[in-house]
Amino acid sequence: MEIVVSGEQYSVEWDAPTRTAALKGILRLNGLEEYGPIARFLSSAVPEGKMTLDVRSLEFLNSSGIAMLSKFVIEIRNRKTVDLNVVGSTAISWQGKSLANLCKLMPSLKMEII
Amino acid sequence: MSDMVGRYRECGAATKEGLELSFSASSIPLKQRWRNNGLSADFLADYVTTFFPRVENDPKSLARQQEIRGAVNYIANELLENAMKYSDEHLTQPISIKLVMEADSILFVESNATNAARGRAFQAFVTELATSDPTELYVTQLERGVETGGSGLGLITMVNDYGAQLGWKFDDLGDGAMRVTTQVLLEI
Ligand SMILES: Nc1ncnc2c1ncn2[C@@H]1O[C@H](COP(=O)(O)OP(=O)(O)O)[C@@H](O)[C@H]1O
Ligand SMILES: [Mg+2]
Repeated sequence: MEIVVSGEQYSVEWDAPTRTAALKGILRLNGLEEYGPIARFLSSAVPEGKMTLDVRSLEFLNSSGIAMLSKFVIEIRNRKTVDLNVVGSTAISWQGKSLANLCKLMPSLKMEII
Repeated sequence: MSDMVGRYRECGAATKEGLELSFSASSIPLKQRWRNNGLSADFLADYVTTFFPRVENDPKSLARQQEIRGAVNYIANELLENAMKYSDEHLTQPISIKLVMEADSILFVESNATNAARGRAFQAFVTELATSDPTELYVTQLERGVETGGSGLGLITMVNDYGAQLGWKFDDLGDGAMRVTTQVLLEI
């Protein structure tokens, strides 16, 4: 596990063996521009094959962050080379409310909320 | 003359139990003030939990408290981010956010001043929001060019994901300024 992007209240960690990117903490960045480093990491992490996005420890995500994840999922859908899994948690309120939107954007996405 | 869009309740916020925070326009750069949005949203969300106490041996009461806390935190944070991003710093007009507790709902009322051009663009956007299918608009907004640096999903997710009812009031302040008030009704 290696920290690839981090800020005062959040980190993005990458686990190469399992091809898992984990978003952790609280993300309330101002606009898509501030999400740039995270967005660029996610879209370059895996050129093809399996990838897991783990948000179980992401306690808070604002709407700009939701837009960043939505755009990432659209990009993966359009590329057609990456098999994306998203793992969320029932214990975190925003995930129950907003994660399902990602499945609407990419019906082949595998979503697991545990 | 006020213009109203959506479900705006003119006397909804009157004498009921509630909490109001108000901020003055500030000379501190936005980047430094940004973290206050999160602090205020966390505070409002914690405050509300008092009204939904945990009942011992009832796990449902805890789940409900956490759900309401999360929803209040998300909505308050979005309203405060918008107020910070889009209010006009040259107008020395305060920003306010108020929570009104009701038996089966929480009403948020956020108000700020902005310039007339932004105010009119906002009015056009919310008129579209009030009359479209929010699920479709979610996808449209993602594909739309990002003119403002924003994502355009804040208000839409309140409707789409949290089932909130939104309303707006636009007041002309003269001298090219407008006061915009956003109400969010969250049923609980
Ligand atoms: N408080 C406000 N004052 C003025 N304009 C606003 C306000 N809130 C929202 N707007 C306008 O409405 C648009 C949509 O807001 P929102 O859904 O929160 O998306 P975003 O903040 O990502 O742009 C904003 O881009 C802005 O033009
Ligand atoms: Mg916003």
